[in-house]
This record gives sequence, structure tokens and C-alpha cells, in this order.
Amino acid sequence: MNIFETTAVKMSGVTQDGEIGSAVATRANIIELTQAAEDAVLRPRDFGAFDHVLRAALAARVALLAGDEALESYYLTGAGDRAVLDQTGADQWLEVILSFVDKVANETRDVAAEDILALQGAGISDADIVRLCELVAFLAYQIRVIAGLRLMKGAAA
Amino acid sequence: MSRIVHKFTRTVPHWQPRVTPVKLDEATPEQLDALKITPSNTKVSDYVLTLAHDVESLTVRSPLFNAIMYDAGGMSRSERELGALGASMVNRCIYCAAVHADRHAKLEKDTGVTDELFAKGENADLSVRNRAIFDFARKAAEAPPAAGQAEMDALRDAGLSDEEILDLILSSALFGWANRLMHVLGDPVRQEATA
Repeated sequence: MNIFETTAVKMSGVTQDGEIGSAVATRANIIELTQAAEDAVLRPRDFGAFDHVLRAALAARVALLAGDEALESYYLTGAGDRAVLDQTGADQWLEVILSFVDKVANETRDVAAEDILALQGAGISDADIVRLCELVAFLAYQIRVIAGLRLMKGAAA
Repeated sequence: MSRIVHKFTRTVPHWQPRVTPVKLDEATPEQLDALKITPSNTKVSDYVLTLAHDVESLTVRSPLFNAIMYDAGGMSRSERELGALGASMVNRCIYCAAVHADRHAKLEKDTGVTDELFAKGENADLSVRNRAIFDFARKAAEAPPAAGQAEMDALRDAGLSDEEILDLILSSALFGWANRLMHVLGDPVRQEATA
């Protein structure tokens, strides 16, 4: 794996040349595992209630919530006909999921037991609740690695 | 009886899942492998058993977590803990904050920094270097992320190398992930003797 071709590093604009690229190369194992984590949460073999297309659409939504339009575009390419997740008129299952995803992504501190009960009340299994959390939680990490690398790159310019 | 802990503390609470963890005797071979179960090691936390519901993520996350927090070189272990703590305080993950404040205090053999942070939050009286590290972690953890040029400049002015700054980015970002599991999937609780 070329670490400079992984999603996180590529999106940051950090390249092999230069001091920031050299620093990133010292943590090549971490960058490789970061990409492996994306594969595991976006495109798992056992995807449960959330197929790869829906996962990509949710990832695009979370990226946009974080203000990262480049990352949103990247995930939209895998989102097919789910590209526009519209909460208005969505079925109840999707509506509950979108509310949960938005809250975990951007109002993390306010998440409470009731939010898990709402998912369970909509018939979502405990295994699928964990899968959904891992997806949103991983994205919070990836978004912040990209944002941090962009700042490092800016500071080096 | 148990009660939910709402205040930051260095005394690590018990973590009580809001979903039913995987039962060890019903775990699949892949789950057992991710849980590193051996005949001599059958004690697994409820947290790991909860995450075993998504075994593909767990299998990658455990080595990634260890690499970011413990690999040699770059930022010191206690400063990575400060990055973890900054994120955990923003997300109000009481459990993560307790674990990583406790580790910071033990690594530093001093409770001063974490006492100050829990007492005064972002207004804590910190050294220039700790201030730069904590502020970056705190701003980076906001949603959307709010760390900017000023926070990056402060890290460089405090003398952090590129390798150290990268480790701080990674450790604080990692807790954007960990907080969204621990704080969302369970409650930090304290067992109380029944009257």
C-alpha cells in the first residue's frame, strides 16, 4: 500500500516530498491501518442492515456535516442512488437512523440512553447499532486526521 | 445499585453497555479470534464484547489504537494521553476522560495537570507546551473540527516537532472515534452498596 494514495493522506494534499511527507512516512503502519479501518466500516463482508451503498451515503452526509466537501464527494462516488439522503419523507427506519447519525456525529456529548432506545424501538438490532456507531465514529477520526494534516501542510507552506 | 457518573473524575468508573454484548459461549470463531480468547484468557470486558458485534472493525481498531497510543518515537506517551483527554472532555466521555487522565497522572507521577483541567476546563493554568497541546486537541475535537492556523502555530512556537504534531493529531482524532463508542454505547457507572 502506498500511504500517500490512502484516502486520509490523499485528501489532505500531503505528498511524499517535503518535511510533512517524511513525518507521515514514520507512521506508515498507522496510515495503513487507517485505510484498513475505512475498508472495514465502509465495505465490510458482514454489513448487517447497512449495505455498502447506504454506508457510503451516510459517510458522505457525515463528511458534509463536518464541512469537508472533498471527502463528501469521495464518498458520494460509492453512494449510487442513495446519493441524496433526504430526511423529509424518508421511511421511519431511515429517519431514525439519520437522526442518530447526525447526533452522534456533531452533538456527541448530548447522546443519551434514549437515543439507543429509539433505534431499538425502530427494530434495529444491537449488532446493527454497534455497526452504525463504528461507521460514524470512524468517520469522526478520519475527518480529523485529514483536517490536521491539512493544517500541518499549510503551516509548512 | 449503580448510579451514572456525570462529573469528570480520575477514578475510573465501571462501563455499563446500553446494548447486549456478544455472549462468549455464542461467539463465532472470527469473534473469538478478534477477542484474542485463549483457554487461559477468558476474561473479556463488556466493552470489547459489545464491539465484537462488528468484528471486522474491532479487528482493525485494536492494533490501530495501540499503534497510535504506544508506538515508540514521536510524542511522549503522557502528551498523547493529554490529546486523548482533550477530545474526551469536549465530547464529555466521562469514562474515556477518567481512563486517560489516570494514565496521564501515572505516567507523569503527578496529578497536577489533570486536577487543574478537571477543575477549570479550558481555563486551566497550564505550561505553554501543555496549553498548546490541550488547545489543539480540544479545538480539533469540536464538531465540525475547529483547530486552525493559530493552534498549529502555537504547537510550533511551543517547540513541537512535525512528528510530535502528527502524533497529537492522531491521538486526539482517535478519541473522536473512541468517545463515539464509549459515550454512545454505554454509561459510566459507580456501584453503590445497597442501604
